[in-house]
Amino acid sequence: MKLVIYYLIYPGFVFASIIGLLSTWFDRKLSARIQWRQGPPWYQSFADIGKLLYKEVIIPKEANRSGFIVAPLFGLAAVTLAVTILGVGMINPTAGFIGDIIVVWYLFAIPAISLIYIGSTSGNPLSSVGVSREIKLLLSYDLPMVILIVMVASKVGGFTIGSITEWQRINGSLIGHWYGVIGFIIAIFCIQAKLGRVPFDLAEAETELGSGILMEMSGAVLAAYVLSQAIALFGLSYFLIILFWGGVSGGIGILWAILKYLLIMVFLILLKNTNPRLRIDQAMKFFWGWMTGGAILAGILAYLGV
Amino acid sequence: MDILKKSFKKSIWVFHLSAAACNNCDIEVLELLTPRYDIERFGMKLVGSPRHADALLVCGAISAHAKPRLLEVYRQTPKPCLVVLFGSCGCSSGIFRDSYSIVGPVDKILKEEDPDVKIVYIPGCPPKPEAMIEGIVMGLGAL
Repeated sequence: MKLVIYYLIYPGFVFASIIGLLSTWFDRKLSARIQWRQGPPWYQSFADIGKLLYKEVIIPKEANRSGFIVAPLFGLAAVTLAVTILGVGMINPTAGFIGDIIVVWYLFAIPAISLIYIGSTSGNPLSSVGVSREIKLLLSYDLPMVILIVMVASKVGGFTIGSITEWQRINGSLIGHWYGVIGFIIAIFCIQAKLGRVPFDLAEAETELGSGILMEMSGAVLAAYVLSQAIALFGLSYFLIILFWGGVSGGIGILWAILKYLLIMVFLILLKNTNPRLRIDQAMKFFWGWMTGGAILAGILAYLGV
Repeated sequence: MDILKKSFKKSIWVFHLSAAACNNCDIEVLELLTPRYDIERFGMKLVGSPRHADALLVCGAISAHAKPRLLEVYRQTPKPCLVVLFGSCGCSSGIFRDSYSIVGPVDKILKEEDPDVKIVYIPGCPPKPEAMIEGIVMGLGAL
């Protein structure tokens, strides 16, 4: 019973989707202000979801009917589970299991996999271009991020969320050290790519492929995707806070957590608004070259304790 | 269901379909996205795929070649959707009315396909951005 409440209400589905949709609005509003525009009202993301639920769902002729509808729900369920594991790790640090931090990272990969499934089943040529890019991107940002997670885990001497936050509570956050700063910057780029936001939005590529991988999604199917994207935006920023920035503690710590969260959001939004889209070869070179090199450097610095 | 219908009016995603227009209206559409007019205030945004669209922004007198493509895009759009015809050519074929290659104004073609299609007309050559915003808002009120 308790697990159901954790999963569906707090810190799972309802809580995460409200925060995620508000963060999506914050993203659009701040982008508009950067471009000297007014921007949408605060309820915009909720209105988008409601509108999409109101619309007809069209399933392409070539598509696998049930798969086309179920795949985005799988993505939504997976990100909700990831956010729940993170949240429960905060409420009760001893509740985690060994390796939960790795499990969370790979649960966040499931929306991308369901998107790949939808894109390839829809039979649209532009979607299939988007699918091939999404697969390459998935392979490229995973390497530096997993190196970073292993670095953090070996530094704190434990593979659970509880041990990471506990270590940082006693010894200060990892971002106070050079390896933490390098790791944090790399992780910001990885998250940007994982969310498919602007410098790495190769799979959608609004101006080049129409909407690429999302081309054939309509109505409630698209709503599930948009919602899982919003939850992932919240969940991944939260993941970053836990990994490098000491997690969330009660009382006044909640205000600090909100401040950290907003700061990460601002980083992500500025990155989105100041960079043009990369080509896929540039993105792969960036992640497998600079970012992986940086992650290994951070690992060495962490070993030396700088 | 009422709240979903209300949210439909607050979040219109627009697909711009240029059906053999002279490009004059197409340039005017881009002005809607600039800081001065900024239609994102009303929750509208331009999307790249007709599957995501709630409003089709059609301009141009329809030639024989453009007709099947117009109908195809209309069928691809999930319903309910609004069709906004803008520019003199979109509303009435304009100065190309009796040309040999023109098969008729957009509304006539769409009504043959779907008799209860919801259409908004915005005349002008090209219409001013203020007129476009007013037209879409009035169309939503009538929906």
